[in-house]
Amino acid sequence: MCLAIPGKILEITDNIAKVDFGYGATRDVDVTLVDAEEGQYVLVHVGYAIQVLDQEEAEETLNLWREILELEEYDL
Amino acid sequence: MKQTSAFRDRTLARLIQKKIRELAPQDSVKLCHVCGTHEWTITHSGIRSLLPKSISLIAGPGCPVCVVPAREIDEAVWLTMNGVTVVTFGDMYKDPGSEMSLEDAKSRGGDVRVVYSVRDAVAMARKEPKRDFVFFARGFETTTPMNALEIPRCQENLSFLVSHRLIPPAMEFLAKLDDLNIDGFIAPGHVSTIIGARPYRKFPEEYGMPTVIAGFEPLDVLMTVYMLLRQIRSGRPRLENEYARAVTHDGNVRAQEAISKVFDVVNDAWRGLGVIPASALQLKEEFSRQDARQRYDIEVGPGRDLYPGCCCHLVIIGKITPNECPLFMKACTPETPKGACMVSSEGTCRIWTHEEGLSSLEGSYSRLP
Ligand code: SF4
Repeated sequence: MCLAIPGKILEITDNIAKVDFGYGATRDVDVTLVDAEEGQYVLVHVGYAIQVLDQEEAEETLNLWREILELEEYDL
Repeated sequence: MKQTSAFRDRTLARLIQKKIRELAPQDSVKLCHVCGTHEWTITHSGIRSLLPKSISLIAGPGCPVCVVPAREIDEAVWLTMNGVTVVTFGDMYKDPGSEMSLEDAKSRGGDVRVVYSVRDAVAMARKEPKRDFVFFARGFETTTPMNALEIPRCQENLSFLVSHRLIPPAMEFLAKLDDLNIDGFIAPGHVSTIIGARPYRKFPEEYGMPTVIAGFEPLDVLMTVYMLLRQIRSGRPRLENEYARAVTHDGNVRAQEAISKVFDVVNDAWRGLGVIPASALQLKEEFSRQDARQRYDIEVGPGRDLYPGCCCHLVIIGKITPNECPLFMKACTPETPKGACMVSSEGTCRIWTHEEGLSSLEGSYSRLP
């Protein structure tokens, strides 16, 4: 299963981070595969962080969508 | 978290749906995803019923459990019946081999342990140094890097039964099938966090296939459908990245390096599909000590991928939908699975068992979280 869940890094000790998945659930996550800092959001798959999530990019994506959806008209 | 909730917004969903209706062509359009998690989002958010009839979303071979050939499950069964402890993810536990699943093997005395992470297997092997452990390493690019990290540093009594497969070669296999006639690819977001956007460039460039890398929230999928329709309408196929908040052009380079340090790319079979060129991984010679196939003289036959009547090989390339299989919800149910696609929570047949009777538009919106 390629399911990966976003969570927020609370603290990092060596290559293990405490990650908050919301609803009070925290877990130890191996962060060897990413350059992540405390306070950042990471995508976690089977106990390992696989990517740092780009908060700004998420905002931009949504803004871009609104623009595209509002501006684009097609002749039918 | 905002990242998630904003991508479930109903108002935006209705707006995208309206745009999709405006753009939808008269002729039928077939869009193919290759990810069990996409099938899950599509089915559980009722995305199909939000789309015009002319647009069909089909599920390709993106369930990592469904594509493991029976022969490789037979190898795991052989190991556990010969005194080795097999450690596996829960979704492989019931996956049928030629004669037996790992669950059956356990009921006959085999030591099979289900874990959440390869780290658990490492910890077990450390705790019980006198016992031999094999981790059944299945999965696509998303699941490979962690095994690649642990293999060089794991202890003597742990080895790996490698069953990893690669997604882009499977997409190429689909693109080349004459009679499937796919009009666009929904590329898998989490595989792409690792491999980046780059490997998909060949689909628009060489196959003229519109391709969009997609995330997993309901809006991600709806927007991806819209972006594909836009490309189809313009007649200019290209690669777009809808999931830019997690997927970069180059991907996770550190993970890619870990993988290529440990594995070679080889030709291998996918369950029910036969051999797909350059679509699987094998441990490099220098890691033969951690390779269960080198370490033990495993004796298994060629394997039987399909139970008589099971159509998994057609379901996993989207040629038929589960309800077109004569065994679906008759002989084959989640309680009595006959094929791999009914076993895993990511298997298309299994996911479709939840789909029945839920197809009205408002019903779908009520399922958007
Ligand atoms: S319904 Fe069962 S028998 Fe039919 S294709 Fe799916 S898994 Fe195979």
